[in-house]
Amino acid sequence: MTMIQALRSAMDVMLERDPDVVIYGQDVGYFGGVFRCTDGLQAKYGKSRVFDAPISEGGIVGTAVGMAAYGLRPVVEIQFADYFYPASDQIVSEAARLRYRSAGQFTAAMTIRMPCGGGIYGGQTHSQSPEAMFTHVCGLRTVMPSNPYDAKGLLIACIENDDPVIFLEPKRLYNGPFDGHHDMPVVPWSKHPLGEVPEGYYTVPLDSAKVVREGAALTVIAYGTMVYVAEAAARETGIDAEIIDLRSIWPLDLNTIVNSVKKTGRCVVVHEATRTSGFGAELCALVQEHCFYQLEAPIERVTGWDTPYPHAQEWAYFPGPERVGAAFKRAMGGA
Amino acid sequence: MSQSKPLTLHVPEPTGRPGCQTDFSYLRLAAAGSARKPPVDVAAADTFDLASTLIRVLDDAGHAVGPWAPDLDSELLRFGLRSMMKTRTFDARMVIAQRQKKMSFYMSSLGEEAIGTAHALALQDGDMNFPTYRQQSLLMAKNFSLVEMICQLLSNERDPLKGRQLPVMYSVREAGFFTISGNLATQFVQAVGWAMASAIKGDTKIASGWIGDGATAESDFNTALTFAHVYRAPVILNVVNNQWAISTFQALAGGESVTFAARGVGSGIASLRVDGNDFLAVYAASRWAAERARANLGPTLIEWVTYRAGPHSTSDDPSKYRPADDWSHFPLGDPVERLRQHLTGLGLWSDEQHAATQQELEAEIVAAQKQAEQFGTLAHGRAPGAASMFEDVYKDMPEHLRRQRQQSGV
Repeated sequence: MTMIQALRSAMDVMLERDPDVVIYGQDVGYFGGVFRCTDGLQAKYGKSRVFDAPISEGGIVGTAVGMAAYGLRPVVEIQFADYFYPASDQIVSEAARLRYRSAGQFTAAMTIRMPCGGGIYGGQTHSQSPEAMFTHVCGLRTVMPSNPYDAKGLLIACIENDDPVIFLEPKRLYNGPFDGHHDMPVVPWSKHPLGEVPEGYYTVPLDSAKVVREGAALTVIAYGTMVYVAEAAARETGIDAEIIDLRSIWPLDLNTIVNSVKKTGRCVVVHEATRTSGFGAELCALVQEHCFYQLEAPIERVTGWDTPYPHAQEWAYFPGPERVGAAFKRAMGGA
Repeated sequence: MSQSKPLTLHVPEPTGRPGCQTDFSYLRLAAAGSARKPPVDVAAADTFDLASTLIRVLDDAGHAVGPWAPDLDSELLRFGLRSMMKTRTFDARMVIAQRQKKMSFYMSSLGEEAIGTAHALALQDGDMNFPTYRQQSLLMAKNFSLVEMICQLLSNERDPLKGRQLPVMYSVREAGFFTISGNLATQFVQAVGWAMASAIKGDTKIASGWIGDGATAESDFNTALTFAHVYRAPVILNVVNNQWAISTFQALAGGESVTFAARGVGSGIASLRVDGNDFLAVYAASRWAAERARANLGPTLIEWVTYRAGPHSTSDDPSKYRPADDWSHFPLGDPVERLRQHLTGLGLWSDEQHAATQQELEAEIVAAQKQAEQFGTLAHGRAPGAASMFEDVYKDMPEHLRRQRQQSGV
């Protein structure tokens, strides 16, 4: 399966298993989503389970909070992560805090899917990686898969989870893995082992990172598209990097990170999002706090620049394998 | 027109400021009994006249007149009056307790007691209200425990919300009272979502959303109307127009030369504009809207015309922005006095009964306050333990919160 098919399969499985799961968002119903992620679901489950919504992110998330308070398990879509901002109040002030402020009387078991990330000539409002906007909010879970297998298993886990979850989908990875070499043809998921996705129900646990490449020289903490960029950088520099795909961005799997950095003594944090106050800052702080005596070099951060996401300058902005590789070398003590 | 004079910015102002008298002619009043009562399956577009006039039942002499006069039995009428009196007495007591520093903050609903009280009586058990911070009368009409309410206000060890919320931000699921948020208007769209959920599940419950005149300017107001209309959600959308949003007159929220009820019609929602100080009109209109929703005929928007008689909150001094005697000039009067007059006229109530009920309520509230204070107050401690601060952020406490709880030493 592609990531699109895997996500659709996750929703299909959960619509089938749990009569309280409902799916809606802009163009999600009849048309099946602008990325085809909900294709065929309305025909299969009917309009009261899968339906189109007005163009109102605040309305989509706000009604979902109400539905969750009733006892449904809404899975709503924001067409692009770049357009979640109008729903900020409902996400931060309501969904995230419903359980806390009502001492558990009302809860918001809901999942908000948002295609995110750049590398597709999406310009300023089709490329953003706003995960740090969510990781800073107590009460939210933020999750980002990097391959079809995880995408389905994580999405099912998120839908079943009783906390509100922001589920970020790197649209650059929808049809195949991408390592930042934009001048090379993209390999489809059908030719990748992680494109093997079971048809039925399974989950990938939350709060659990995955070591996608074992290594001894340094630890790379990445998620989404950057996992493949890091792999390419390791290949091309010949540096024996241990690459961790966080999968659950927050709350995260601290043990896997700490164990790895304690072993390697070096750490490079990689994300597409802009640098200042990005999630990488939290990762650096955690590593510094927990691995200070094992660190043999300053923690490196490779991120998007502190600018809005440009159009023409896409590949100068996107942290590709060359920039990531250079950070590997710096972390190893090279120039 | 070829001449271009310099443009000017229009900034609405209330007619009455401190030291002068408000001209209430802007209110678009109508005589009791004059508004028609349409069938519950009326088309939204055919309610424009009802969104522009004022539905009233009680006339100046306290008689129930016109097609909206509800058929309420005397027991329920007396209970309604008692619930209003209870709301008012409770508010007055809590304002004193705030002044005595037993609680940090309070918001009274003086003058608005009829709306929540009568509305609650028109709903059924299982329906869910999505209130603002000024619908405590909904809880009074549900006979909800005063002790629990006061414990929340005191943030003491029996506070059902474990001291996490500002006073007044109640949450009472069992009484159909959704958790109050400080963020205005957010609950208006959540009410629509709750109603959609009820429809999705083929349930028979309905939702009731609440918002003030000022908060209609928030985007969630518009959003709620759109979603309610699009999905024909079984929801009552209540706009409590008490003329003031803290210091801001309702004209600045967009109420100049237009009613808030008319917004509903513009969104394709059947809409009513109702005398919010007329217990009988509130009950009748609420009942009508609830019937409509329960019959799957869609949402109703109701603008309740009333007056915020008290300060916005215990942190507010209204004499700095409006006339001190404004309420005495408000043409729709006092909801308690109007129902009292009506019941007295029917021989269902007397001055003696009124005085006795008032005394009874005072005693009940004082006793509840005493009982609640045994579990601690803000001034005298016994707040919920600090360790509970870390609970309920997530369903299960994640590792980082367990670590922080440990670090905090509690």
